Amino acid sequence: MNDELIRCDRLYKRFPLPGGKGEFTALSDVSLSVRSGEVLALLGRSGSGKSTLLRIMAGLIPPSSGEVISGGEPVAGPNPDVAMVFQTFALLPWLTVLENVELGLEARGIRRTNRVRRALNAVDLVGLDGFEGAYPRELSGGMKQRVGCARAFAIEPKVLFMDEPFSALDVLTAENLRSEIDQLWNDGNFPSKSILLVTHNIEEAVFLADRVIVLGSNPGHLRGEVKVELSRPHNRSDARFAEIVDRLYTVMTNPGVAIVASDAVPAELATTHKSPFAQPLPHVRPGGISGMLQLLAEHDAQTEDVAHLSDRLSITADDLLALLETAVFLEFAEITDGDVALTQVGRAFAASTIQSGKEIFRKQLLKCVQLFGSIVRTLEGKKDGTMRVDFFLDLWDEYFPAAEAQRQFETAVDWGRFAELFEYDSLEGVLTLHESTAAAVPLG
Amino acid sequence: MRSASAARAPRSFAFGLPDVAVTLGVLTLLAIVAKVGAGAFAPFTAKITPHVDLDPRNLPYYAARSTLRMFVALVWSTLFTLVYGYFAARSKRGERILIPLLDILQSVPVLGYLSVIITAFIALFRGSLLGLEFAAIFAIFTSQAWNMTFSFYQSLKSVPHELQEAAALYRLSGWQRFVQLDVPFATIGLVWNAMVSYGGGWFFLAASEAITVLNHNYTLPGVGSYVAAAVAAQDMRALGWAIFTIAVVIVLVDQLFWRPVVAWADRFRFEQSAAAEAPRSWVFDVIRASNVPALASRAWAPAADSVGRLLSAVTEARLASRAPIAERKRGDRLFNAAAIGVVVVLSAAALHFIFTTVGFGEAIKVFGLGLATLARVAVLVAFATIVWTPIGVAIGFNPRLARALQPVVQFLSSFPANFIFPFATLAFIRLGLPINFGAILLMALGSQWYILFNAIAGAQSIPTDLREMCDDCDLRGWRRWRRLIGPGIFASLVTGAITASGGAWNASIVSEVVSWGNTTLTATGLGTYITEATTGGDWPRIVLGVSMMSVFVVVVNRIVWRPLYGYAQKRFTQ
Repeated sequence: MNDELIRCDRLYKRFPLPGGKGEFTALSDVSLSVRSGEVLALLGRSGSGKSTLLRIMAGLIPPSSGEVISGGEPVAGPNPDVAMVFQTFALLPWLTVLENVELGLEARGIRRTNRVRRALNAVDLVGLDGFEGAYPRELSGGMKQRVGCARAFAIEPKVLFMDEPFSALDVLTAENLRSEIDQLWNDGNFPSKSILLVTHNIEEAVFLADRVIVLGSNPGHLRGEVKVELSRPHNRSDARFAEIVDRLYTVMTNPGVAIVASDAVPAELATTHKSPFAQPLPHVRPGGISGMLQLLAEHDAQTEDVAHLSDRLSITADDLLALLETAVFLEFAEITDGDVALTQVGRAFAASTIQSGKEIFRKQLLKCVQLFGSIVRTLEGKKDGTMRVDFFLDLWDEYFPAAEAQRQFETAVDWGRFAELFEYDSLEGVLTLHESTAAAVPLG
Repeated sequence: MRSASAARAPRSFAFGLPDVAVTLGVLTLLAIVAKVGAGAFAPFTAKITPHVDLDPRNLPYYAARSTLRMFVALVWSTLFTLVYGYFAARSKRGERILIPLLDILQSVPVLGYLSVIITAFIALFRGSLLGLEFAAIFAIFTSQAWNMTFSFYQSLKSVPHELQEAAALYRLSGWQRFVQLDVPFATIGLVWNAMVSYGGGWFFLAASEAITVLNHNYTLPGVGSYVAAAVAAQDMRALGWAIFTIAVVIVLVDQLFWRPVVAWADRFRFEQSAAAEAPRSWVFDVIRASNVPALASRAWAPAADSVGRLLSAVTEARLASRAPIAERKRGDRLFNAAAIGVVVVLSAAALHFIFTTVGFGEAIKVFGLGLATLARVAVLVAFATIVWTPIGVAIGFNPRLARALQPVVQFLSSFPANFIFPFATLAFIRLGLPINFGAILLMALGSQWYILFNAIAGAQSIPTDLREMCDDCDLRGWRRWRRLIGPGIFASLVTGAITASGGAWNASIVSEVVSWGNTTLTATGLGTYITEATTGGDWPRIVLGVSMMSVFVVVVNRIVWRPLYGYAQKRFTQ
């Protein structure tokens, strides 16, 4: 294909696990291409490997197998066709706005006068004229990200990579910058031929992109793509817009749902008969689940649109998705067509007192998450009901990289403590069966 | 640094008062350096050692000589830091050798190998005072460089990941990365570390200007040797003048050099928001108000540009082509084997040398002496902690007092304690205090301030609302110490104790043997052993003593301080 700027061919990325215990797969069999003249969004939850994929395409990290072709050449080392806008701006605080923008040009050996002219143009384009001599610390978050954009624009890359560019900004600033970027693109004098946007924000993806590629987790893989066939700029009040957003919410909260009816769902099968320690827990707090369920229960209607929920709770889309996913697999809620509804257990939990709530939570944990049954049985097998934490950490270590294993453990402890299943002594590093429940646990 | 930007043009070109001040200042400085520096090239033969005149009117000249030495050492330390730290942080294999090596170098007592250095440098610069000069500078260098290098290395290791990615993706050359990312990022840590190390350097300067090696007295003109001469002549008045001079010099260097540098370095603060309280300096304000720096940087810009381009071309960003993993692993294994081999051979050679020349019995005896000095260090740290912690906490809890006393404490910690030694020695002789105990006091003179310093910092870090909560719950006296203050300052106290004990080991070499006129007091300990071996030029015993002390320092660090530090981090930090 002629208009293909970057192509990924069957990319895999594996990281060695600590202590030589095999490998952790972050990306599995990813193939995609970025075409000229399109805005492409990579949409995925945290842990779906979307940032890893972006960095492989940028040539910042090498893939374990497969290859990236950019401008007809295989990528080895930093990709010259690409400039990146970073999540936390990545500006040098000791350089002025202009000097920051000049940085990439200077590295390309462009002479001073020429360099200053191009940098000034880029600064102009993002609406920062007058701030050339300011230092980043004098700027607001939104203006800093404008500098990040100007630095990328200045070198006129073929593809502009944006790594969650608006997620470090407050809601209004993000919206403002997002629509300006969109406007710049729609006007047709954008400094790059296409944009690759990584995001976990569904609305953002649908608003900006022509094509949304959805990534699944564990390991990161392609779940499919959704074409946003609307006229630019994409109008949020358009019924078709809402339809696509709803569809994507359903897909993102249910790992089993196919994006298009005919798509196969290979990841789901792989996880069913694995060890309980292979099943990742979303990192949410029991208090968060309870709070969300209470808000849903207060709502008069039987169901609530997920997209509205995100606005109402004013939490990030990623956090909301994790909460919803947890509520679904603990059988507190169900999601159909982008609408969420409480189950009977969910209503009971939302209306519970502190003590009865803990009891419901404990029951659901033991019923729906094999992991907790497994931990409790292990502890019961010991005479004093106590086990060293390292034992469990080792089990997680087999399926997750060290940092994630630690987080899985922390989340499990958080849930287990809330449910009064077991106690954790962080100084001694041991888990102990909770005394009151030691006898009462129904084993299944 | 070329960050003086084109956009920040000077307000006017009129030649104002600040410009006159800055120009005059620069010219005066150049004249002093030229005049004082010339003395360093004076011819010198081992027979005629330079004479130190006790007339106080010579003190400004001597002080200038000493200060020049300190600054030359600082320049070398900085260069060493940039090169060594860079390779340790950026080369995986280099890191595995350079960092443990630095750790060892840091625990070898500087004053222990001073004799080795002096002999080597005298041999190198025959017939010129330059050899002695370099030996003294080298001694100061070794007291400054390791700290600074560690700080630089750690800064480089903590450059945020996104900035590194941006540097790679925008293809910054090695040189560009170094001057625009690495060095600026490390500057603030480096400046603070250099300032503290510089303060510590006065102690070693004083000890290295007048020293007896291989039964020969070597003297360099300077405040340190002035003190030594005053002690030999039992001249109390001269000693008083020397102490006054060094105090003035410390204050001047602080005002004219360190404060402006700290104020300047503030622009490299990494936090992207404005600081609550930026460091200020009147000298820096004057320099900034003048046009001289802007004019100089404009004149320099084209040259800097071409130099930068040239160095960038040499260190162009490589398109990564890594060796296959298997090959790299084999290379790593070979590298490790070679490194271990070198270590084994060197230790075997050292052991062989010691045992064939002095014998096993001597080693046991020296170990016993090490225990004696260890006991002194332990008593010192324990005592200083008990005495200074309550005072430090009281100061730290009172912000006004803390602000007022901070410069005083800073001054005390950089004041070379060995200038006070003669007075203490005299007191010991008059009062009949045995030097075996007196040595503890002498060692404490220099090292106790670290404990005070850290107790203040620890107390300041306890949040006000926690203290208000204690008032509210009526938690007082011992209970308050046990529940709030103790845990709150524990981590800082450990840091202070580590620094204090390190300083005390070094100080033992000059504290266990002291003299006043013809009376010499000698304590039993490893410090005395090393000093005597040095004076007598007894090589095997020098090697044995210095290695024994290094082993003591390393072992105590590993089995006491590191676990304590780890515990403090785990248990008492939020």
